[in-house]
Amino acid sequence: MSAAVLQRLAALLPPGRLLERPEHLAAYESDGLTAFRTHPLAVAVPATTDEVIALVRFCQAERLPFVARGSGTSLSGGSLPVAGGIVIALNRLTRILRLDPAQRLAVVEPGVINLDVTLAAAPYGLHFAPDPSSQSICTIGGNVAFNSGGAHCLKYGMTSNHVLGIKAVLATGEVVEWGGPSRENLGPDWCGLFTGNEGLFGIALEITLQLLPRAECFHTVLAGYRTLEQAGDAVSAIIASGLLPGAIEIMDALALEAAVAAVHADYPAGAEVVLIVELEGPREVVAADRARLDAILAASGPIETRPARDATERAAIWKGRKSAFSAVGRLSPDFLVQDGVVPRRHLGEALARIRDMAIAAGIRCANVFHAGDGNLHPLILYNGRESGALERAEKLAGSILKMCVEMGGSITGEHGVGVEKRDYLPAMFTPDEIDCMARLRAAFDPLGIANPGKMFPTSEAPALQQHGLHPLEKAGLISRE
Amino acid sequence: MTSLTTPTLHPTTLAELADAVRSVPRVLAVGAGTKPRLSAVDVVKLSTAGLRGISEYDPSEFTFTALAGTPLREIAAALAERGQYLPFDPPLLDAGATLAGTVAAGLAGPGRFRFGGVRDFILGVRFVDGTGRLLRLGGKVVKNAAGFDVPKFFVGSLGRFGVLAEITFKVFPRPAVTHTLRLDAATPEAAVEILTAAASSRFEFDALDLAPGETGVLARLATPAAALDALTGEVLARWPGTVLPDDEALGIWTGLREFSWCDPATSLVKVALAPANVVPLGLAVRTLAGARLHVSAGGNVAYIALAAAADATALDQHLTRLGLAGLTLRGAAPLWLGHRAPTAIADAVKHALDPDHRFPPL
Repeated sequence: MSAAVLQRLAALLPPGRLLERPEHLAAYESDGLTAFRTHPLAVAVPATTDEVIALVRFCQAERLPFVARGSGTSLSGGSLPVAGGIVIALNRLTRILRLDPAQRLAVVEPGVINLDVTLAAAPYGLHFAPDPSSQSICTIGGNVAFNSGGAHCLKYGMTSNHVLGIKAVLATGEVVEWGGPSRENLGPDWCGLFTGNEGLFGIALEITLQLLPRAECFHTVLAGYRTLEQAGDAVSAIIASGLLPGAIEIMDALALEAAVAAVHADYPAGAEVVLIVELEGPREVVAADRARLDAILAASGPIETRPARDATERAAIWKGRKSAFSAVGRLSPDFLVQDGVVPRRHLGEALARIRDMAIAAGIRCANVFHAGDGNLHPLILYNGRESGALERAEKLAGSILKMCVEMGGSITGEHGVGVEKRDYLPAMFTPDEIDCMARLRAAFDPLGIANPGKMFPTSEAPALQQHGLHPLEKAGLISRE
Repeated sequence: MTSLTTPTLHPTTLAELADAVRSVPRVLAVGAGTKPRLSAVDVVKLSTAGLRGISEYDPSEFTFTALAGTPLREIAAALAERGQYLPFDPPLLDAGATLAGTVAAGLAGPGRFRFGGVRDFILGVRFVDGTGRLLRLGGKVVKNAAGFDVPKFFVGSLGRFGVLAEITFKVFPRPAVTHTLRLDAATPEAAVEILTAAASSRFEFDALDLAPGETGVLARLATPAAALDALTGEVLARWPGTVLPDDEALGIWTGLREFSWCDPATSLVKVALAPANVVPLGLAVRTLAGARLHVSAGGNVAYIALAAAADATALDQHLTRLGLAGLTLRGAAPLWLGHRAPTAIADAVKHALDPDHRFPPL
């Protein structure tokens, strides 16, 4: 790319907002998938949606690849830069354009932090339901691009279920507006198609989000078990009972060890597995459901059950859970976070097979997962300084993904395909199905300039590899889930 | 408007479905024809009646998969046997509406208020694209982020991008009991005030509707039995009203679900709106002689029944003025009313899925 092109690119922005110096670019060369890094040509930092539109149209005219980026917390390498392309950093588009408590919605720019939506809505008794573990730093633009999940998906769905409207600039340069303040839609669901596009269609500029009333009352229980099978049986019994908990989470022994080391979480002595169940709703409903849940848990053979007695104890339970991933960094210099999904009835079998595969490979593997929806998060520990260790870890990760597909599940529940799982897309979809998606991609991006190298299997040269935690992770600012 | 063409293709297997699509240059799938305006195009029709049945249902997974032409009635009955349901009250169930017809029309009933509509429960689709390929996109598990979310795109797509063959849905456990309350409201403004306040309240209403011919707000609670009386008392302490006897409530909700409040021969138009549009839309409808209005899902959906086909022009103008769009489900009104914004991407996506324009344009 010629210096003249970069010069014209810089002219689209006020001075100082096209970063080209190596020391400035270093912060953008990786994301939450720390095993990979690529140097971008430059990083553009627009502050208005008009600037974003101008940048995308410039890229289109120059056939210049671009990668939109929020806080760079993607665990699938979704915001990994493209060599010879630019990064469009959206961190300055942080305005909440409209907060409408009566109609329970917010209109936000893509750089708004997930948790900030809930903080802005809280005075009105409302909240934004999707709550990925990185919610204190990840952006709505990234949530939309990757259809992010969290701990409450069984009951509340993913990001897509909370997106009512999108204004976006497509990779063709076209600016579109879909949906709006209504929770209902007419005609094909364009917002649904756009959400989860992994940055391959374009960049969302304004997003209309539905807000929900914050539940009046919570009942959060932590139960310790001796075996995974017991915890799994308890989950099955809860589901069979007709209860619809807001969250059902499981952590295994290695994950517990990490949480204890990192945030001094306190778990029942002798517990090899911990189950967390949370009921929520009007107090009368929670009281009624609680009686049933308590009876189910009491019959499930726990070492101990600990209901949170107040908001502080509830927060402590969630802190241990949400910190578990970055906490694993204390057990190992590097780790991969997997995100496969299996039908819930196969949870026990899946975990046993992961354990056996990990032992056979001589690799330690911690498990934290959303048991309510069968979304596994095996954490595969490795030391990137050891020759071949990453390759062995990736091989195990691949075997786990194939197992998930064989069981009728998915290669990703909430992290997206990105760079990390692109070669496993054919395990889930036929060549015709991948061709259909490629045709859709080409409709939005005929030149293939929007986040190329993601989602679709490719023979492009792999990115450079790096070692250790992400700098923000080391600083305790982000965690992986 | 063109006359309805009698369905001529009757595939009974998925392979036959793909062959049938390939066999004709112009085709549109139809189910039970309960929303006849959506398929009132003069092309060969492909009936999904022979593609019927639940292919997979494991209650412990909260999912089922069924063939396109499966009547909602059959699905609701199978789910009810295991204490589960589709929470969005799919409309025209008694009229024989099919699963794929409901998806293609993007229709949800009053229950869409609490947990969302068709788009929020669809997980995966098998469909035949315009080139005759049978494809499966999305997944069969409750959580999946692999590939583009084409299943959601098919919601409301009116069969113009592909023929649905089989669909996977998420389901929920059915709440133990329901109470329907009629909350007093003297004026439409007062009713909307209740709608919006109730939507943000702690009570987690299951449905909030303004039924045609009623001034009060219909508010449905769906809870464990032990909580129902206490919650009902609290709601009525805040908004005066009455508890409807169960049989009366069932009659009202069934009537709304089946559109029995309007004459099937006249035009029925669905409008997507926000609570702030409810009063202005109500005023507009009142200027159309004999027209009736049902506001559903907390003020996010409206159904308007016109007494005369000629009123469609006036409604079109009202909707355009209000920045709203309408879709005619049955009757002679134009398919689309009100505000529309054509995009280049819509044509490009149509071309991607249906390069030969085998399916009619939207």
